[in-house]
Amino acid sequence: MTALSDILSQGAQMSLVLGGAPLLTGFVRKVKARLLRRRGPPLLQPYRDLIRLMRKDVVLADNASWLFRVIPYLIFAGTWVAASLVPTFGNGLLFSWTADLIAIIALLGSARFFQALAGMDVGTAFGGIGSSREGMIASLAEPAMLITVFSVAMIAGSTQLSNVAEFMGSDAVGLRVSLGMAFVALTIVALAENARIPVDNPATHLELTMVHEAMVLEYSGRHLALIDLSSQLKLLLYVSLIACVFLPWGTATADAGAGRLAFGALLYFGKLTVLGFLLAVFETSIAKMRVFRIPEFLGAALMLALLATLLRFVSGSL
Amino acid sequence: MSSLQFDIAHLLAGSLVLASFMMLYQDRLYALLNVYALHAGVLALSVAWQAYVQHAPHLYVTALIALVFKAIIIPVALHRIIKRLGIHREIENVIGIGLTMMAGIGLVALSMVVMLRVTPSADALAREDLAFALSVVLLGLLIMVTRRNAVSQVVGFMSLENGLVLAATGAKGMPLVVEISVAFSVLIAFIVIGVFLFRIRERFDSVDVQELDRFRGERR
Repeated sequence: MTALSDILSQGAQMSLVLGGAPLLTGFVRKVKARLLRRRGPPLLQPYRDLIRLMRKDVVLADNASWLFRVIPYLIFAGTWVAASLVPTFGNGLLFSWTADLIAIIALLGSARFFQALAGMDVGTAFGGIGSSREGMIASLAEPAMLITVFSVAMIAGSTQLSNVAEFMGSDAVGLRVSLGMAFVALTIVALAENARIPVDNPATHLELTMVHEAMVLEYSGRHLALIDLSSQLKLLLYVSLIACVFLPWGTATADAGAGRLAFGALLYFGKLTVLGFLLAVFETSIAKMRVFRIPEFLGAALMLALLATLLRFVSGSL
Repeated sequence: MSSLQFDIAHLLAGSLVLASFMMLYQDRLYALLNVYALHAGVLALSVAWQAYVQHAPHLYVTALIALVFKAIIIPVALHRIIKRLGIHREIENVIGIGLTMMAGIGLVALSMVVMLRVTPSADALAREDLAFALSVVLLGLLIMVTRRNAVSQVVGFMSLENGLVLAATGAKGMPLVVEISVAFSVLIAFIVIGVFLFRIRERFDSVDVQELDRFRGERR
């Protein structure tokens, strides 16, 4: 009986992230449009785009290899698994023993690796610059992310997200400067990884600044739909990771009943709304950076993460 | 001492180190001055918290001095100096910002390793404060080393002194006289440096200290 309910709640979580990801993207777009005094597309526009792309034919370049066709599925699978490992409304789900932060980073890293490969596969110039820029961003964002995870894991005493979230929700946390720094570092990394505005802007096709768009330029039809869906999933993943680690209040515990889970889900939607709104406000209030400024921006994240770890050592040794 | 009190002291001292890093990161003179004012403000808060935790009312005087002199008067004075010198543009770094940051992280790690190892018998708050103070001092030195502009070297020097004040307040029973004399000597140094700035400017039409090397015949 418990196994069944576990499977059900894990399944609910997996379909929740899959179904909710386009909605979050649509919400951020809508808020951004309203802040710019435009009306903006309806909230459900990302779903319509995905459905429309699914119906269209795939156009492949003559020299595209088999890898080019497989990669959208790989990226989608990796991102979906990673996104469903992050606890959303309840801790202690069926897969929580695998919900290791390092595993999540590795899944995302392999997805990004394949995406960069796909960018270079067809051999167009745009794919090449996109991939090399993505490589540059990733080479700085990943260590920052890992060190952030290390500092959080050292404070919580575990790299398993359910344990981390439970610890962060308890009174044992206290006021820690390391956590604040880790939060800022994680936010910067999330902005960079999701191709949000100061680093990249997927809404434009401007060759000077394209990163993400340049890599996926050759994709069409259902392949493009899958890639779009996985980037929306990735945004949801980062937002719920921040919500789970730094705003863990109201998340249902492992043995909670259905009512508690529903309350957790409600709060989770509230957190997503608030964080999505903040993201939109941040994006409209800041300008896109030059590509050569990005290493400094991400270097700040790396520095904050390192500093968080060091400060953690000081308070830990007392 | 309750853990909340310790956590707040830790938070403030940690923010001081972070502010030092922000100074290291800045590449505009005005922004550097603003961050310096923030640095001094955090220092004042930190000292005031120490006064509250240690029940040492004379530390409130130190906090007030830090707030009035370092967070208000000196930044305003430096602002005016910069305006008169007409050098509110970018600061030239000796090495790139990334490398400087890495060196800074290394210095912080070094100071923690050193301080935590040599002070195992001191109480927790003093230990932690000393470790942070040493890193603020080292970061101030790093700012002085990696900047060519004399004004930003002054700012580095002042931030170094903030680290000294943090160390002095962390140690229990430091008399007020010592702190005031340190603050006073730094103020004197500041005035002397200010005079020197104008002399350098008069002589070389620039406050880039590389000009000094050339003048002494050490380069080119």
